[in-house]
Amino acid sequence: MRTSTINHAGHGHDSHAADHDDHGPAKGWRRWVYATNHKDIGTMYLLFSLLMFFIGGSMAMVIRAELFQPGLQLVDPGFFNTMTTMHALIMIFGAVMPAFVGLANWMVPLQVGAPDMALPRMNNFSFWILPFAFTMLLSTLFVPGGGPSGGWTMYPPLVLQNGTSFPMLIFAVHLMGASSIMGAINVVVTIMNMRAPGMSLLKMPLFVWTWLITAYLLVAVMPVLAGAVTMLLTDHYFHTSFFQAAGGGDPVMFQHIFWFFGHPEVYIMILPAFGIVSEIIPTFSRKPLFGYDAMVYATASIAFLSFIVWAHHMFTVGMPLAGQLFFMLATMLISVPTGVKVFNWTATMFKGSLSFEPPMLFALSFLFLFTIGGFSGLMLAMVPADFQYHDTYFVVAHFHYVLVPGAVFGIMAGVYYWLPKWTGHMYSMKLANWHFWMSTIFVNVLFFPQHFLGLAGMPRRIPDYSTQFADWNMISSIGAFGFGLSQLLFAYIILSSIRGGVKATDKVWDGATPHGLEWTLSSPPPYHSFEIAPDVK
Amino acid sequence: MSKILKYAAGGIAACLPVTAAFAAWQLNMTKGVTELSRDIHGLHMLVFWICVIIAMAVFGMMIYSIVKFRHSQGAVAANFDHSTKAEVIWTIIPIAILVGMAVPAAETLIKIEDMRDSQLSIKVTGYQWKWHYEYLDKNVAFFSTLARDSDAARQLGSGIDPFKVPNYLLEVDHPLVVPVGAKVRILLTASDVIHAWWVPAFGMKKDAIPGFVNELWFRADEPGTYRGQCAELCGRDHGFMPIVVVVKPQAEYDAWLKSQQDAAKPAAATAATLDVNKNDEAATLLARAE
Repeated sequence: MRTSTINHAGHGHDSHAADHDDHGPAKGWRRWVYATNHKDIGTMYLLFSLLMFFIGGSMAMVIRAELFQPGLQLVDPGFFNTMTTMHALIMIFGAVMPAFVGLANWMVPLQVGAPDMALPRMNNFSFWILPFAFTMLLSTLFVPGGGPSGGWTMYPPLVLQNGTSFPMLIFAVHLMGASSIMGAINVVVTIMNMRAPGMSLLKMPLFVWTWLITAYLLVAVMPVLAGAVTMLLTDHYFHTSFFQAAGGGDPVMFQHIFWFFGHPEVYIMILPAFGIVSEIIPTFSRKPLFGYDAMVYATASIAFLSFIVWAHHMFTVGMPLAGQLFFMLATMLISVPTGVKVFNWTATMFKGSLSFEPPMLFALSFLFLFTIGGFSGLMLAMVPADFQYHDTYFVVAHFHYVLVPGAVFGIMAGVYYWLPKWTGHMYSMKLANWHFWMSTIFVNVLFFPQHFLGLAGMPRRIPDYSTQFADWNMISSIGAFGFGLSQLLFAYIILSSIRGGVKATDKVWDGATPHGLEWTLSSPPPYHSFEIAPDVK
Repeated sequence: MSKILKYAAGGIAACLPVTAAFAAWQLNMTKGVTELSRDIHGLHMLVFWICVIIAMAVFGMMIYSIVKFRHSQGAVAANFDHSTKAEVIWTIIPIAILVGMAVPAAETLIKIEDMRDSQLSIKVTGYQWKWHYEYLDKNVAFFSTLARDSDAARQLGSGIDPFKVPNYLLEVDHPLVVPVGAKVRILLTASDVIHAWWVPAFGMKKDAIPGFVNELWFRADEPGTYRGQCAELCGRDHGFMPIVVVVKPQAEYDAWLKSQQDAAKPAAATAATLDVNKNDEAATLLARAE
């Protein structure tokens, strides 16, 4: 395999490199529409994800504005349900997942010493599906009956009550799934075949490792989601009864199938963030990552366990006692490898020499706040207690803690870490620090009170609430507005770094100890990254 | 911890004069009025304190590292990158803690699933967007919907101040009535989409699913009025189908049941006549069709 990698790189250099060096990337729109370059596609993924982050975020602002006070002031309850449904779909499939695919596109070839992704045309296809998928999804807001309002989990029979938006939702999900599967295949093939000579699997950077495992999860579960939503479609239009009790079907079966996809999906959204944090903490602690092998095995264990815990999302559907016990114990077990990761990151900082550049700040915030999300996850695993927590704001607080200061802060840490490498310009550390502090403070003002609301008994997905919940909801909404506004700063920092700024060095973080092949290239890297495969000792 | 949070909350409340008058600032789960809800509360607090202790250890270590090993203070990095001993320790200890949590959780769960020896069975059916209660073998059944004053106030732009509506969104026209101290078995189903029946003070929540019958039980120890809500997204008015359970002393409950049965008799007779008429009509239609 190694020999073939060398040959491949050498061959590429001889026959094609000359052409490309002559004219570089295509000019104008052709560069983007016909893009096959991993960096161009990565950039499109990341900018698309940023756009979706703001669209999904503005829906969250609608939700929090309506929940600012008891009583309905702004929107109809049906539209409120559409907002919660669309917010989730857009943030999960439009913001978080494409951001990670964008990061993989940019960083996997750079980190394994490859000239590009293995399947560049499929790469183009997998990105360009997304704008169509989301145009279709967003256009449901304007069809008769409004957008999908049955929750992102699409539980039947409720989801079947949606009108014109229903088939559009299903096809949008199909497209997103197809895009994810293609992106994942590309990552697997690239990592398996295009590593630089000498880079054995256990020498790969952790971001590459976590993405490899994530890609396998994607390939395994996205088809399951596609199957589930296709059955919804035939139930609605072809009189099948997969999930309709009246025809002998089983509405709970959908939940089992959905969460068999849905739980690995949770890890799809967090494992690459683990990888990013595992790159950043050693760099700014000026000390090697503690327990590299354990980190790899812990990631693999989490991925394996993610396939056997799905029913903890549905403890209240009425399962046999043995089933509930099994899923409780399996779920609790996940905290062991996750704990190993947190301990290893802490041990990496211990006796290090820490500095606090923006990527490190976000990584540290991730470390603290993701751990809080982990604690509430452990609490939710206890079935009897879950009977109280289930479908309350406690759950909302839990998954936003793991997804916002977890996955999203992981992405932001990665962006701040590699942005100068991508653009060739340093960004304003001062503004990035502001962005960090505002985000970290407001994210807690936003989500921490939601633990209290859930414990006090406020169900989730309600547009209006009884007056005892008024106080914490107002605090939470204030946090939401603050958090939303802070993100404008993020967009500004990224755009101004694209436009110009102080020239970044190859190593970017000269005072710290960044490891990895990406720092051996210029900032920004050459168009075909590694035209000659580097030697990894 | 919770005291500090309360002070912090009070401080914030003082800055918000409009809401301060109505401040509830509830932070934690209710203990409830059933054995199950108290067990669940105990389990919740147990896990919470375990998490707090772990958090103090882990966050303490992180904060110590952040404060002590600063590059700006001239800290020089060590170069170790693993320690098998430490890694084995922090794999084994969490497993032991998990076992310690799993045992009481399993015990409580077994108790929750024990439906035997119930004294009263009530069939609860979820509709969009109301509940139907049927006292099995007692000939009492009724719908329970959101109270009118709440319903008026919750309309978009109603202009009615929710704070002036008693028990806003948590009041119904016909509450469920059960006797104190009796093991009540709730049989849950739904007629359209999935709903979930939840009264926090009883500790239990379960889905009401079309085509399925789920069950849960509770035994309320104190008379009183207990409120809950639908806890599974069920469409547009999911937020507006509350649950109210009035727990009465046995004698009062018996009297209430009697009055309901008396009221139901003439109504049931009418309903039966209507049914017969309907069948007749159907038969005529069928005959015509043939």
